[in-house]
Amino acid sequence: MSEAFVGPFRGKPFRLRESIRQLLRAGNDSLPLVALIAALMGTILALQSAYQLRQLGAAHLVADLVAVSITRELGPLLTAILVAGRVGSAIAAELGTMKVAEEIDALTVMGIDPLNFLVVPRLTGLLIAVPCLTLFADLVGILAGCGVGVLALGFGATGYLNDSLAALVPEDVWGGVLKAFAFGGIIGLVGCQQGLGTEGGADEVGRSTTTAVVRAIVLIIAADLFVTALLYLRH
Amino acid sequence: MILDGVDLTVEAGKTLVILGGSGSGKSTLLRCMVGLEQPDEGSVSILGKDLGSAAPEEVAELRQRIGMAFQGGALFGSMTVAENIDLPLAEFTELPKSTRDIIVRIKLALVGLSDAVELYPSELSGGMKKRAAFARAMALDPEVLFCDEPSAGLDPVTAAGLDRLLNQLKEVFGVTIVVVTHELDSAFAIADRIALIHQGRVLISGTPEQVRECPNPIVRGFLDREPEEQPVHGKRFREWMTEAEEAVD
Repeated sequence: MSEAFVGPFRGKPFRLRESIRQLLRAGNDSLPLVALIAALMGTILALQSAYQLRQLGAAHLVADLVAVSITRELGPLLTAILVAGRVGSAIAAELGTMKVAEEIDALTVMGIDPLNFLVVPRLTGLLIAVPCLTLFADLVGILAGCGVGVLALGFGATGYLNDSLAALVPEDVWGGVLKAFAFGGIIGLVGCQQGLGTEGGADEVGRSTTTAVVRAIVLIIAADLFVTALLYLRH
Repeated sequence: MILDGVDLTVEAGKTLVILGGSGSGKSTLLRCMVGLEQPDEGSVSILGKDLGSAAPEEVAELRQRIGMAFQGGALFGSMTVAENIDLPLAEFTELPKSTRDIIVRIKLALVGLSDAVELYPSELSGGMKKRAAFARAMALDPEVLFCDEPSAGLDPVTAAGLDRLLNQLKEVFGVTIVVVTHELDSAFAIADRIALIHQGRVLISGTPEQVRECPNPIVRGFLDREPEEQPVHGKRFREWMTEAEEAVD
C-alpha cells in the first residue's frame, strides 16, 4: 500500500518536460473549443437574463448577472466538462491501449514507475491547464455577454465592462479557480485510473474511455456542489 | 491454480527455454520470474535476490540488471525506435545525449535495425518490432534477458534470424537467457536446457537431448505434435450434434 504513495516520487523526481508537454496538450489544444463554447454560453446567458430581468425592470443588471454566473459557476463547470470529454477520454484511451499492448508492464520491468512516468505529468498538466482554461473561459464569456449588451441591449461597451468588474468580488474568481483545480484533479485521476485499469482488448479500451468521461462528469458536478456549498457556508 | 510445484534454476550464461502449449502456464511463470505477478506460495530469486522479500529499492536496482522482450514488442507507440531504446539509458544513466545516441545506434546495429532509428513502431514489421524490443531490453547490458514468445507469428526465416540473434547475445555478451515459447524448432535451436510445462507443472527439465528422449507420453505427444483430442469421425460428430441440440433446448 505504501508503494502507491512512495512509488511516484521514486526515480526521477519530477518530469518537467513531459509535464509541460501534457500541459500544452490539455491546455493549448483545448483553447479553441473552450473559447467557442464560452462565447456561445456568454451570449445565451446575456440574452436569457435580459429577457428575465427586463420583466422585473432590472435590465441594467445583465452585466452583473453574466459576470457572476460565469466566473462562479458556468466557466469552471463547462470548461471541466469539455476537458473531461476531450482530454480525460484521450488519457484513458492512451493508457488503456498501452496497458493492453503490455507497455505498462514493459515500464515496470524496466524499473520505471508507471505512476511517476505517466500519471504525475498528466495530472500536473491538468491541475494547471483547467484553472487557466477556466480564467480564459470567464474572460471570453464576459466579452461575449458584452457583445450582446452592446449590439442587442443598447449598453455601452465601457459601461458594460465596468458593471461586470464592479459586480465581481475576488471570491468569485478564486472560488471558480479553486473549483477548476479540483476538477482538473478529478479528470486526471479518473482518466488515469480507468486507463491503467483496462484489462482485455480493444473493446475494453472503448469501455474505459466512456467510463472515464461519464464518471469524471458525475464527480465534477458532485465536487461542484461540495465546493459551492463550502463557499456559500463561509458567509 | 495456474502453476504448481515449479522448481527451476537457470545457470548463468546459459539459455533456458520454457516450452509448453497454449494455456500451460508458461507465460504466467515468466511474469512471476520478472516480478509482474507475485506467486501465492514459493519464491523467485534473480541474481541471488528474492523478489518477494527484497526491499523496493533492491528490486528497482535489480530491474536494471535484467531485460525483457515482450511478445508483441511492447514498444512505446508515441516514441521512435531510437527513443524507445534511449529511454532506459536516459532514466538510469548520467550519460550525455550524444553518448546515449551512439549506444542506441550500436544496439540497433546489433539487432540489424540500423535503418530504423527514426521510425515509429507502427511503421515496423512484426519481426522488426521484436528485434527493436531485443535492442531495448539490451540497452543497459543486462545480465539476464527474458523473452516471451520471440518467434511467435513470424515466418520461419525471420524466426531463425531471431534464434541466431539470441545465440549471439549469449555467446558474445554472456547473457543468461530465459525464453518462453511453444515453437519446437526455435526451442531446440537456442536451448542449453529445456523445461516442458503442462497444466502448470514441469513435466521434464533437462538438456535438449534428455527432453528428446523423454518417454513421458505427454512430452512425446508435444514433441511429435500429436493432438490430445481424437480425430473427428462420424460417430463423434453425431454426439456433438446431440449435445448441441440438448444445449439449445
